[in-house]
Amino acid sequence: MLELAEETDLAANAAARRVAAEVRTAGLEGITDVVAAIVTVTVHFTAKDAAQASARREAVGHLLLAALARAGEAGDEPERAPVAIPVCYDPAFAPDLDEVAAATGLSPDEVVRLHVGSPNRVLMIGFVPGHAYVGGLDAKLASVPRRASPRARLEAGSVAIANGQTSVYPFATPGGWNIIGRTPLRLFDPLRDPASLLQAGDPVRFEPISAREFQRLAAEHGGR
Amino acid sequence: MTVRVLRSGVLATVQDLGRSGLQHLAIVPGGAMDPVSHRIANALVGNVRDCATLEFALAGPELAFDRDALIALHGARFEPRLDGAPMPVARPVLVRAGATLRIGRAAEGAFGYLAVAGGIDVPVVLGGRSTFLPGGFGGLDGRAVSAGAAIPLADDVVALSEARFARVVRGGRTGEVSGSGARSVRWFAPMLTLAATDPLVVRVVDGVHAELFEDAARAALTAERWRVAPDSNRMGYRLLGPKLALRAPKDIVSQAVCLGTVQVPGGGQPIVLMADHQTTGGYPRIAEVISADMPRLAQAAPGAAAVRFERVGLAEADAARSDLARRVDDLLERLRWEFGDEND
Repeated sequence: MLELAEETDLAANAAARRVAAEVRTAGLEGITDVVAAIVTVTVHFTAKDAAQASARREAVGHLLLAALARAGEAGDEPERAPVAIPVCYDPAFAPDLDEVAAATGLSPDEVVRLHVGSPNRVLMIGFVPGHAYVGGLDAKLASVPRRASPRARLEAGSVAIANGQTSVYPFATPGGWNIIGRTPLRLFDPLRDPASLLQAGDPVRFEPISAREFQRLAAEHGGR
Repeated sequence: MTVRVLRSGVLATVQDLGRSGLQHLAIVPGGAMDPVSHRIANALVGNVRDCATLEFALAGPELAFDRDALIALHGARFEPRLDGAPMPVARPVLVRAGATLRIGRAAEGAFGYLAVAGGIDVPVVLGGRSTFLPGGFGGLDGRAVSAGAAIPLADDVVALSEARFARVVRGGRTGEVSGSGARSVRWFAPMLTLAATDPLVVRVVDGVHAELFEDAARAALTAERWRVAPDSNRMGYRLLGPKLALRAPKDIVSQAVCLGTVQVPGGGQPIVLMADHQTTGGYPRIAEVISADMPRLAQAAPGAAAVRFERVGLAEADAARSDLARRVDDLLERLRWEFGDEND
């Protein structure tokens, strides 16, 4: 595992994704997975015996460091069109919106406006399949911590914020973040290619929709 | 061709060796909790390639066969009954159409594997047939097998079963399973993953955050006898023992974790990540269980087995992995020999 920073850092995240892409492209034998997390790159590999394991461990280390050196030289990420994620911020879908508003001294409408207006980008896909951690949250919302006690179950499609990020939950799972909306999109579908709607590095634009629009889109995407 | 489920047992799921190369989408390899026993079960019915088996924990299901089928049970020590008569385990058994198999409770170990000639015929999803419960896909509709379900078998299971059993008994070493009309053989495959010692010794290497823990916590990890908590599952084994404390609170940015990671959440109770673990986590990682010892740890039954951790270096971890791989390969080779040289 290569650690590029000790704290969440957008530049380190971009570098981590570049390093991961380069390691993947290098196609070193035995590598099964290259996972770019928020500020780390982890390479999973197999080996048939101890000598091979040791040789591959060394080769992976060299590859990571070489890729890291080049990642530092690269410029800004190329601009590309954001993935649009429609989100209904109505109270029925946003159980924690009022609390977030109270905690930040903003009105619920302002919270939504800032969330939509943030320069959002997927920092990593982690936890469960297709679960996106989105960075770039506006500074006024970034101080909101996780909820004191996590929910045992939140709805699939929940859009929630904490610690400067937005989490987009593909499944009904436990979760400790503050839910401020819900998307009707199917974020993960094992029978679709690609299975995950979002990939690490994707710019994201959250688009506010009405409850009626939510129902229409939910029906269109096959419900859940 | 199906097997009907009369009673579900505990956490019965269709499993294979899982999915690879998808962890960047947060899809773990998953697959059998004890892949060694899964592979041996497959080999015992002559499945040369990896086929899906039925995995179950602690208490197995009750199944009705509507056709003849060559089956084998391996992994945890069960005392199954076929139409009421004891059925031999760890060897191929040709069961007759109409037979009822009652697997019962595990006397030792945690996960059992039932293999059928030709494999369990569920669709391949994202490159594997494994049930991935947290994502609700793979296996039988992404869920644990419940009473009333029909487990699909290969179309040619009857012909395949007869042909393979004929080959396996060509030496004449066959025996009747009393009372059921089923037939079996006199040899059996050893269990490679049940605890050989009490407590079970599980080797670990230091985790990336080992230094963040108090010395007492690092010492306790290897000094204590731990037990697997009852609220453990295919995602993680929670360990019962002393609380492991950090020197100082520390925020860790979520990073990739893997099978065998021992993470310690704020409460201090360690969790070993098992087959269906999440792909990333932000809890400090005190240790990583070496891959060679994961199948054994998977077989440590909640509440029953005591586990002691032993700290080793990467060289020993590598050597242990290739040693286990060689022992498994040798056994699989011997089983293939029992089935003769033909391929089907």
